[in-house]
Amino acid sequence: MTRRQASARRPLALAYCALVVAAWPGPGHAETLRLTIENMAFADALASARVGDTIEWSNLDIVAHTVTARDGSFDIVILPGKTGRTVLRKAGKATFYCRYHSSMAGKIDIRPD
Amino acid sequence: MDILTTVRHAAATAFVLAAFGTTPGSAQPAPKPTDPQIAHIAYTADDIDIKNAKLALEKSRNKEVRAFADDMVRDHTAVNVRALALVGKLKVTPEDNPTSQSLVKQQDAERAKLASLSGSAFDKAYVANEAAYHGAVNGALETTLIPASQNAELKSLLQSGLGIFQEHQKHAEHLATLVK
Repeated sequence: MTRRQASARRPLALAYCALVVAAWPGPGHAETLRLTIENMAFADALASARVGDTIEWSNLDIVAHTVTARDGSFDIVILPGKTGRTVLRKAGKATFYCRYHSSMAGKIDIRPD
Repeated sequence: MDILTTVRHAAATAFVLAAFGTTPGSAQPAPKPTDPQIAHIAYTADDIDIKNAKLALEKSRNKEVRAFADDMVRDHTAVNVRALALVGKLKVTPEDNPTSQSLVKQQDAERAKLASLSGSAFDKAYVANEAAYHGAVNGALETTLIPASQNAELKSLLQSGLGIFQEHQKHAEHLATLVK
């Protein structure tokens, strides 16, 4: 194969790899977990969250909230009636709170992938 | 809460409670408010707190006090947007009443007093008034406005408001212990 042919095939090969990676469920198949924020409180923590999972928060209150990790790993603002997403990147206990309403707090136990 | 804060809080609470006719010395209980009056009182109470917060944002340099004031503007504006949407939907015209008028008069006077203060004296007085004001409004919501409301959607909005304002009250009370 000439160098020109090889470089012409590289994008295809990369695209194939990307497809395989995207389709590969892997041992720690990431999930989207749904939690609600309602009546000025975060829903109870999940027992089964894993690294790579996404949490989709639904704010059912009539005021905006934030979901802010105490270690700074995530901080999202969720407007009333809207949803926001957080990808869990680190294993361990993630404690979080609402920057607008400091009495609102919660935690998630995140298991390694 | 130290003794000075407690005294300030008690004085401000008595001041605001008088607007709702709920002081111990009230000779007769106020007549039960109607839904249009309740809507007016709720909107007015929110609007007053937005004005108080805007004054704090003009005057205070304290980071926590300013953050609290930002929270008050954001939340009370959001509640009033809902309140206006609901009265529009229900075709209810909010009706001015002595409780709304008394609240406005008292908090106008309180704001004039606050405007004459500066620095930590302002911060302490603002936070004490916020704790007392939310306490009084929450008391009125629980004992008068929510039980008296007839429309289910109005009642539900008032209940949501109560949950939010109780959090504000806790926040203000906590802040009162921090502002020196």
